[in-house]
Amino acid sequence: MIKHLLSINQLSREDVNRILDTAESFREVGTRVIKKVPALRGRTVVNLFYENSTRTRISFELAAKRLSADVINFSTSGSSVSKGESLKDTALTLQAMGADAIVIRHSSSGAPYTLTKWVRASVLNAGDGTHEHPTQALLDLFTIREHFEDFQGLRAAIVGDVRHSRVARSLTLALNKMGASVMLVGPPTLIPPEAPAWGAEVSHDLDGALPKLDVCYMLRVQRERQRQQFFPSVREYSRLFGLSQRRVEQLPEHAVVMHPGPMNRGVEIASDVADLPRAVITDQVTNGIAVRMSLLYLIVGAGDGPPRAAAAEANLQLPDPELQEVAGA
Amino acid sequence: MPKRVLIRGARLVDPGAEFDGVTDVLVEDELVAAVGDGLAAPSGAEVIEGDGLVLAPGLVDLHAHFREPGFEHKETVETGSRAAAAGGYTAVCAMPNTDPVADNLSVILEVRALADKAGLCDVFPAGAITKGLAGEALAEIGEMAEAGVKLFTDDGHSVQSSRVMRLALEYGKAFDIIICQHAQDEGLTEGWQMHEGHYSAMLGLVGYPAEAEEITAAREIALARLTGGRLHLTHLSAAGSVAAVRAGKAKGVRVTADVTPHHLALLDADLVDYDTNLKMNPPLRTEEHRAALRSGLADGTIDVVATDHAPHAPEEKEVEFDQSPTGTTGLETALAVVLTELVEPGLLPLSDAVARLSTVPASILGLEEHGGPVLAGRPANLVVFDPAAAWTVGERGYQSMGRNSAFHGRALHGRVLHSLLRGTFTVRDGEPTR
Amino acid sequence: MSAFIERGRLLEAPEIRRVVTRIAHEILERNKGARGLALIGIAARGDDLALRLAREIERIEGATVPVGALDITFYRDDIGLHSEAPEVHETRIGFDITGLTVVLVDDVLFTGRTIRAAMDALVDFGRPRAIQLAVLVDRGHRELPIRADYVGKNAPTRRDEEVRVLLAEVDGEDAVAVGEQIGDDEPSGDSGAGAGTREREPA
Repeated sequence: MIKHLLSINQLSREDVNRILDTAESFREVGTRVIKKVPALRGRTVVNLFYENSTRTRISFELAAKRLSADVINFSTSGSSVSKGESLKDTALTLQAMGADAIVIRHSSSGAPYTLTKWVRASVLNAGDGTHEHPTQALLDLFTIREHFEDFQGLRAAIVGDVRHSRVARSLTLALNKMGASVMLVGPPTLIPPEAPAWGAEVSHDLDGALPKLDVCYMLRVQRERQRQQFFPSVREYSRLFGLSQRRVEQLPEHAVVMHPGPMNRGVEIASDVADLPRAVITDQVTNGIAVRMSLLYLIVGAGDGPPRAAAAEANLQLPDPELQEVAGA
Repeated sequence: MPKRVLIRGARLVDPGAEFDGVTDVLVEDELVAAVGDGLAAPSGAEVIEGDGLVLAPGLVDLHAHFREPGFEHKETVETGSRAAAAGGYTAVCAMPNTDPVADNLSVILEVRALADKAGLCDVFPAGAITKGLAGEALAEIGEMAEAGVKLFTDDGHSVQSSRVMRLALEYGKAFDIIICQHAQDEGLTEGWQMHEGHYSAMLGLVGYPAEAEEITAAREIALARLTGGRLHLTHLSAAGSVAAVRAGKAKGVRVTADVTPHHLALLDADLVDYDTNLKMNPPLRTEEHRAALRSGLADGTIDVVATDHAPHAPEEKEVEFDQSPTGTTGLETALAVVLTELVEPGLLPLSDAVARLSTVPASILGLEEHGGPVLAGRPANLVVFDPAAAWTVGERGYQSMGRNSAFHGRALHGRVLHSLLRGTFTVRDGEPTR
Repeated sequence: MSAFIERGRLLEAPEIRRVVTRIAHEILERNKGARGLALIGIAARGDDLALRLAREIERIEGATVPVGALDITFYRDDIGLHSEAPEVHETRIGFDITGLTVVLVDDVLFTGRTIRAAMDALVDFGRPRAIQLAVLVDRGHRELPIRADYVGKNAPTRRDEEVRVLLAEVDGEDAVAVGEQIGDDEPSGDSGAGAGTREREPA
């Protein structure tokens, strides 16, 4: 497996299958009387959140705790970060405290890549800017797999603000990797012209796309984009690209509706549609814990030495020459 | 007793004299005393055996940021001069985006004084086009021009108003100065992080389309034609800009242009791991653009290779990509990059490389003492380099205070051995003399 | 890549069949029938053996015994010691084990670490009345104070040897082979804990 999870691009199809298969076992753990296994006992997982995201943080926190890891939540408000500490110094501090894995959410695209230069811990990207959100894509695949036998030949549409969506990027790459076909649907201003190079079709006509879909994935639309004039009004957006009751009826019987949350009911998805049985949005949330357990287990559970020795080294030794060089560089 | 240095048997590449061949050069005090085959070493002369080495006029940079006054934590005139000498440069045009801005004579004189004190390289400060680089009111171009300032630019900013650009080009005609534009339509580049294309979409970074430069470049060429003023377009990055310059020159517009070593060598694809040392303005672009820059340089559409040496402090560059300032250092690597990326693969003859790095920029700036020709009686501003010597960028640190080299860790060919400024070694055996 | 070089066979198919029958009888005798019994096999191979035992018990006694499969990976004590996290198998325990006598079933008993992990895992599912252990082969070299209640065959082995159980359900034939592992990238001499070896014994 991989040392860090930064982008879906790092994963092979076999890696994805292994992550999803292992997640099945963790879902079983979630049905036990005691929903906790000792797999990562004694390991430390840090949730380093530079952006508020209670949902993702809690999901990772629960995943780590169910693996018996110690969890530290390091959020930017009220911490040294709000006093102007740089990402590098925060990273060196977490390294010195012996973190085995750092889960990072950051508003800057690429921040997880930068973090890997400064720490020995594994880095898991929990969403970076408008780049990627690989764990979301993997839990989406897991949820899709519950409803469809095979990704091969599956037809999915991702609808909305593709340009600014890290979910859309990761999910398009992930579905494509697994053999599904992806259509990106939205106003031309919200779909990068280069999107076909990700292996996706582009359409600006939601109604035309619906009857052919197995998965209709709605993206959250931020009102801020209207202020930036990517579309003239929320009303017009909703009229053209919102999943209304009328539109959902155009979907084939078996098709599922997904959304990464949090939803803007009445904007990209009608409130009644969000509550339909075929809207598997809460399943996505549930599956998030199992998939994140799987990732933490596969990444942190792979090692190159006894954990106690590594912890002792981190605690007792001065930063190694490599880190000192970085510190002085 | 005069101080004498005999450089024996090096390949003298001297585009100003249209000379390229193995010969001997004798330096006596500040001047070239003789050029010719089989020169005898006068008694007491230091002899440099030049077998396999290249001797050329000292390099001239049209575009470097020395940061002083105001940003001495990034670079000073002294450290920038030392970096220049280490890279084989004997003359550098320093950009005016200091604090205070070089939009008045006193800052120009301060930079010159600092350069004289350092004594490692001749520094020719550029003046700002507009007061405070604000793009609105013209700076006192006349006073600075009378004091010898030749090039004016708001570099770091692009003058957005076509009216202001027109006025600057017109006004400058009285002094035969050059209006140098960093071409960027800021309306198309809000929040930009890198070249707009496949990689920006993939990496989730806001794009800076090539058109943002091409539109402005085309506008300035039209204004230069309208006004008859002298225009220089600096650090071109886009194929359309090269085409616009080519078309402008064909119509007789007084336009010149430069390109940086990093735009000649690197691509937007190199940004895949978010290395902030590769974040520049203009951004690294695609193969298509790089190919246009290379062929534009080869056919003379692009006159000059300029470094855009832009040092930053480590703590400024070791941050999240979108929080990093733009720019890479360049003075210490420019020659080697041109040799490795263009001369060695046969894209540019060595004599053309020397012309673009020395002779032509000296002539654009009107520098009599620099850029050759290397003839008896001329000032001895020279560089000796080993074109075959392999080295790894950063392996011995940097002379610049900036360690933000886009080429850090890369293997290059071509190492500067000696730099002479008016007959005095500023670099000897690869090491600055002070 | 690693390869298993077979040096000999400890049991052939007919013997395995007789051993399973004998253990089924022993379980019934010791527990005075099938009431309150459950069989839980340790993945992989132990779960198939558990199913065979359950069929034997049903044949002998006419009673159905609940059967489960337990994967002990998350309870291993060598997580983080290998370059890859150990592979996970399926756990299927579709009944409440509280109050039952659970017979853990495994193919090979070696260091005892798998059984330690299995007991830890089991108590997370409930509180069995008792836990017993049945194995097809006991090859010795215990590292923990664990012993089996039902043993198919005691087979003294060298520590660096490897014992492989083949079952028709998975491998197409029934046999217990002894041999050695060639070119294994995991050290096998210290604990027999190499991920991917048959006697999946955590270090």
